[in-house]
Amino acid sequence: MSIIEIRGLCFRYSGSEEMVLRNIDLSIDEGEFVLITGPTGCGKSTLLRCMNGLIPHLYSGDYKGSVKVMNLNPVNTPPYIISQHAGMVLQNPENQLFSLSVEGDIAFALENIGLNREEMVKRVETVLKLLRLEEIRKRSPYELSGGQKQKVAIASILALQPKILLLDEPTSSLDPRSAKSIIDALAWLCKDKKLTVIITEHRLDLLVQYLSKLVIMDSGKIVYNDHPRNVFEKISLEDTIIPIPKLIQLVRLLKKEFGFPQSFPLTVEEFVDSLIG
Amino acid sequence: MIEVEKVRYIYPNGVEALRGVSLDIREGELIAIMGENGSGKTTLIKHLNGLLKPVEGRVLIDGVDTRKSSVAELSKKVGIVFQSPDSMFFSESVWDEVYFSLKILGYQSGEAESKVEWALKYMDLWKYRDRSPFTLSGGEKKRLSIAIVLAWQPKYIVIDEPTVGQDAPNRKRLELLINKLRKDGVTVILSSHDVEFIVDLRPRVILLSRGQIIADGPAESILTDEDKLEKSSLLLPQIPLLMKRLAGIGVNPGCLTVDEAIREISSKFKSQKIW
Repeated sequence: MSIIEIRGLCFRYSGSEEMVLRNIDLSIDEGEFVLITGPTGCGKSTLLRCMNGLIPHLYSGDYKGSVKVMNLNPVNTPPYIISQHAGMVLQNPENQLFSLSVEGDIAFALENIGLNREEMVKRVETVLKLLRLEEIRKRSPYELSGGQKQKVAIASILALQPKILLLDEPTSSLDPRSAKSIIDALAWLCKDKKLTVIITEHRLDLLVQYLSKLVIMDSGKIVYNDHPRNVFEKISLEDTIIPIPKLIQLVRLLKKEFGFPQSFPLTVEEFVDSLIG
Repeated sequence: MIEVEKVRYIYPNGVEALRGVSLDIREGELIAIMGENGSGKTTLIKHLNGLLKPVEGRVLIDGVDTRKSSVAELSKKVGIVFQSPDSMFFSESVWDEVYFSLKILGYQSGEAESKVEWALKYMDLWKYRDRSPFTLSGGEKKRLSIAIVLAWQPKYIVIDEPTVGQDAPNRKRLELLINKLRKDGVTVILSSHDVEFIVDLRPRVILLSRGQIIADGPAESILTDEDKLEKSSLLLPQIPLLMKRLAGIGVNPGCLTVDEAIREISSKFKSQKIW
């Protein structure tokens, strides 16, 4: 059953002349790991904002079509309700953290929704353990590394126990190892905790292997929406709307020239297996 | 030549960001300074035009000690493009933005105007000359921030994290631009942790970790060295990673690019008829 259902969605920000979303149809099932990508300005962040009600509640504009998030319509559901179902992690964790301790930051949203102390403590403990943040629980978020900060931001959202996690370029300013640890943590949450993860990113190489769906947008439209293997089999290598991972380029060129490998490996491990068996 | 000699730098809050860094940059080189966030990349870059002065050691720009010269003087030789373009714009038009920096450096009107035109054309921004910088896209802003520095034709140009926040079309443009600058004889110094972008440029790579240089050498040797990259929180680029995993069956693990890997894999396996 789909957890997010979008039909004919069009959006234009107030004061702007350009349509940012043009007739978007998208269904996402529970437990999926979905990447929405495309060039700057393609509308991917706007689409995420429509999924947790920031649009139209915080950003107003012309809105057509329908969005359903766990059968709720974000247009007439208050953001504090939607955000307990679909939590959003922003690009820069510093915009999301402000407390004097990691624990305090995680507990903040829980205080806001009026949980009792016992339940708050329980949830804080759970997410600290989940993202292996126990050792830094008393530290100030400001003295943490970029990767740790982003993990704390994710933990603070997870504490709300949303079914859906939305992340807007969460690793764009992180170094590769921190980015990988965030992405691996998300993949684990998706697989083991049945969390639905929807992420926007420019860099695909670390993500591709985990995706159930790769959605590529260009100028406000969805141009690809399929399993990454199917997208990469079709997309033109000259197409520069997304950075095609080097391994995928290699596979495509080898297949074209030598008909090999027969399968379509998405990762180095799969490639090695296909070659050596 | 830029000579960085045993430089230590300690920020006022007590953080020791550079712990004895030595490095020579020769004219015409393309250099990538790589390392994790907080490794000292930006601190090192800020020493190259005197924005920061070493607490110990020294930095010489063509023989001139940065402590004995002004940032304005040094900037004529070493132009730095910082990461967030928005924070440096304030003019009403793209043209004014570039013109302003030339006037600050003391160029007379006629000469400044011709340099503005040259730089904006070089960066493919001439068509936007009357637009407000703030209405440009992320990639165009990045190009404008490079044009501003390029305009006075510094001998050395430093670009801090060129690809952060840049999408695929802009990454391609940046790659072409950097290769063009190199061909035109400009010494280019990049700071980056984007291994997939850097590997195609084949620069000399300097790995920083916790304020120290842990490796310095050609891309072929550094970007294929998993242990060294690991120490700087970097990952092997995909092609070197694949070739390393395939090394057991006799492929040359030194390949960096897709083209090289295709040549290597196809020659190896055609001869052995594995497929």
